Amino acid sequence: MRVSKRTSSAVALSAAVALIASGCSGSDDGGDAGTSTDGAIVIDGTQPEVPLVPANTTETGGGAIIDYLWTGLVEYPNNGGAPQNAVAESIETTDSKVYTIKIKKGLKFHDGTEVKAANFTKAWNWAAYSPNGAQNSSFFADIQGFDQVQSEDPDGDGPKQAPEPAAKEMSGLKVIDDYTFEVTLAAPTAVFPTKLGYSAFVPLPDVFFTQKPDDFGRKPIGNGPVKFVSWEDDVMIKLTRFDDYALRDKMKIKDVDVKLYQEDTAAYNDLLAGNLDFQQQVPVSALAGDKWKNDLGDRAIQSTTPSTGIIAFPIYDPKYKNPKLRKAVSLAINRQDITEKIFFGNRTPADSWANPLTPGAKAGNCTACQYNPDEAKKLLAEAGGFQGEMVFYYNADASHKEWMEAVAQSVKNTLGINARAEGIPTFAVFRQQINAHKMTGPYRAGWQQDYPDVENWVNPLYVTGGSSNDGLYSNKEVDALAKQASGAKNLDEAHAKFAEAVALIDQDVPSIPVYFQGQQSGHSEKIKKVELTNVGEIDITSVEL
Amino acid sequence: MGRYLLRRLLQLVPVFIGTTFMIYYLVWVMVPGDPFAGKCGERPCPPGFVAMMTEKFQLDQPWYVQYATYMKNLFQGDFGTTWSGRSINEIIVAAYPNTLKLALVALAIEAVIGLTAGVLSGLRRNSFLDNLVLVSTLFLIALPIFVIGFLLQWLFGVQWHIVEPTVSSEMRLSELIVPGFVLGSASMAYIARVARTSISENRRSDYVRTAIAKGLPMRRVVGVHLLRNSLIPVVTLLGTDLGALMGGAIVTEGIFNIKGIGGTVYRAITTKESATVVSIVVILVVVYLVMNLLVDLLYAALDPRIRYE
Repeated sequence: MRVSKRTSSAVALSAAVALIASGCSGSDDGGDAGTSTDGAIVIDGTQPEVPLVPANTTETGGGAIIDYLWTGLVEYPNNGGAPQNAVAESIETTDSKVYTIKIKKGLKFHDGTEVKAANFTKAWNWAAYSPNGAQNSSFFADIQGFDQVQSEDPDGDGPKQAPEPAAKEMSGLKVIDDYTFEVTLAAPTAVFPTKLGYSAFVPLPDVFFTQKPDDFGRKPIGNGPVKFVSWEDDVMIKLTRFDDYALRDKMKIKDVDVKLYQEDTAAYNDLLAGNLDFQQQVPVSALAGDKWKNDLGDRAIQSTTPSTGIIAFPIYDPKYKNPKLRKAVSLAINRQDITEKIFFGNRTPADSWANPLTPGAKAGNCTACQYNPDEAKKLLAEAGGFQGEMVFYYNADASHKEWMEAVAQSVKNTLGINARAEGIPTFAVFRQQINAHKMTGPYRAGWQQDYPDVENWVNPLYVTGGSSNDGLYSNKEVDALAKQASGAKNLDEAHAKFAEAVALIDQDVPSIPVYFQGQQSGHSEKIKKVELTNVGEIDITSVEL
Repeated sequence: MGRYLLRRLLQLVPVFIGTTFMIYYLVWVMVPGDPFAGKCGERPCPPGFVAMMTEKFQLDQPWYVQYATYMKNLFQGDFGTTWSGRSINEIIVAAYPNTLKLALVALAIEAVIGLTAGVLSGLRRNSFLDNLVLVSTLFLIALPIFVIGFLLQWLFGVQWHIVEPTVSSEMRLSELIVPGFVLGSASMAYIARVARTSISENRRSDYVRTAIAKGLPMRRVVGVHLLRNSLIPVVTLLGTDLGALMGGAIVTEGIFNIKGIGGTVYRAITTKESATVVSIVVILVVVYLVMNLLVDLLYAALDPRIRYE
């Protein structure tokens, strides 16, 4: 997932789903509202942390630009539905293990070269090869031969260097002809075609491999509806329409300027003054008392997003081993109250394990997510009570204090145990303790899906050894079911198996879903029509002036 | 005078080395944590990435070796690079002029308004103007800078739309007046008060009485005799204030979206980019030192009794 790096941002994760066409109530009848073809808009953004190389970007500032500049094999519809082919002509498999991917002919990169099969395989091999140090390299772990291109430092951070990996390329990638390639996975994975829409899987032009990745990333060349014009650090990234773009989502306007802000309040004031055309998330200060709705009127966009606020248990700590205790804590939290009073109703109480906007997810399948004080007290008694202090940890550099304190208070009042919340100064220090498995109490976590499938809400979080299973939850039956689900012949079978796994997770309560994220965006009077993508970014190709 | 200047300049060297050392130590050793812990979101970074960065930035070396490498490069004019590979020299060149411009505008505003208000109220004690200055400066001192900032931005930028709410990348002078006023507001109040006290004190001193008794015109008494002597504490304040304004501009820069050093340092601290923090602060230290020296030299110009040997 990508992490937001804006200094004063309230939400460490923010994203959105749902098709939104706002502000078009009266103006669409005019007929000529959507015909302007040479307009320009200014949207808000943050300075990308690293040069714009898709496999190396893990934060929202650079991630958004990469999403504008590139089009992947598949695309995720704005309404959150199942992925559809974009660059891919077809993706075929008989066993969920060997995929034959055909790409459309005649598609071009921004430098005029054609998008060919080798542009995909070379890009993926570059990203997976561990000496290149790509931050998104784990996305390629499904592909056969991934372990051969990775090497681990024998003594951690010590003086010895990691040995050269055994191979330079993954054996699972094979180019058949210019427009066809074959991907062999290490194990059957039904969700693989869905993953292909994630930005780590986009193709790279030949010129990428002839220069330093960082130099390329300062002047990126993609294959999407807009091309890169210029980038002035901390000030502006300019994009303009790519006229040779041949896919569905062509631009209806010409120029997109991404203005880089340090503070969302500055961006918001620019939005109100008409200097900014779109802000993805208005500042927290504008949410109180629904100020943003008064300020923006019908230009305010409320959307829900496929990300969930979670509190995770350190299951490696013996105090939190007992599932009954964990369930008691979960049942003791009054989510309705918290979302209404702390978030002014801008987020909704969580009632399912996977975000309900995700394909394959089932709404309301988290029985542990209810507020049931009696049952909670009963379970706590069965678990033998709780000795000592239960501290809920959060990172204090984003606005988590209020809701985490409300959670602790709710637990304290309901169960009568000594619960409180404590902030850890920065996200970095917080993550360091989590990564080192040194947490001594339940802690704030959050999950925004990387790709729309229920698999992304189970495998990384609740399977033994999952990349974000930081609490070290482990249940052999869940592992077995998740493995069967991942290797299913098709997505329907996979979703059915995942549902069984989720039912077991619901009994064990390895973490506590608390709220579903909401997003509050705003646009200027200039924009007559705009949609948000499945992760809440502005769909620049939908903008009409 | 020449020897004094040389001695003062030589003093800069140990101070310079001492501060870089302390800042480096503080950022690198005292702030706990692995710089890559929070970098990849809610999951640890891939080992390949960590290994590459560790090697590139020599993170496996002890901190004093890293400090030595940093200083060696610094004396060759190379401030190093950030985690993302951006040259810190470029960041400094991009950010410093913006902050300096803002600080200079703030300094000019506080000097002109603060001094005028202070002199006028000092000359007419207990008048309406004097009371007005006292009350309004109290107000400015009491209000936190972000309150003044947001208030003025909202009033002038959003409500009345006289100026743009945020400053563009060209940093035009007209755009900097409101942020400059906000940044300099607290100092402005202090300067007005110091100037007021100083003037009203010297107003009753012997040399002023003598000057008046000699029959000099009031304009000359105030402009030359009174003001010159009363300016010494004000100059001290103004001189050291430039450094404080530059270092303290983070809030103002954030509110008005100015790409200065405040935000850069803040972000560098949160991502543990010690090289960036040290480089920017080192230059701030130099600004402080030079301004202090300038203030001391100005004393001699203002007060004929002060001579440097």
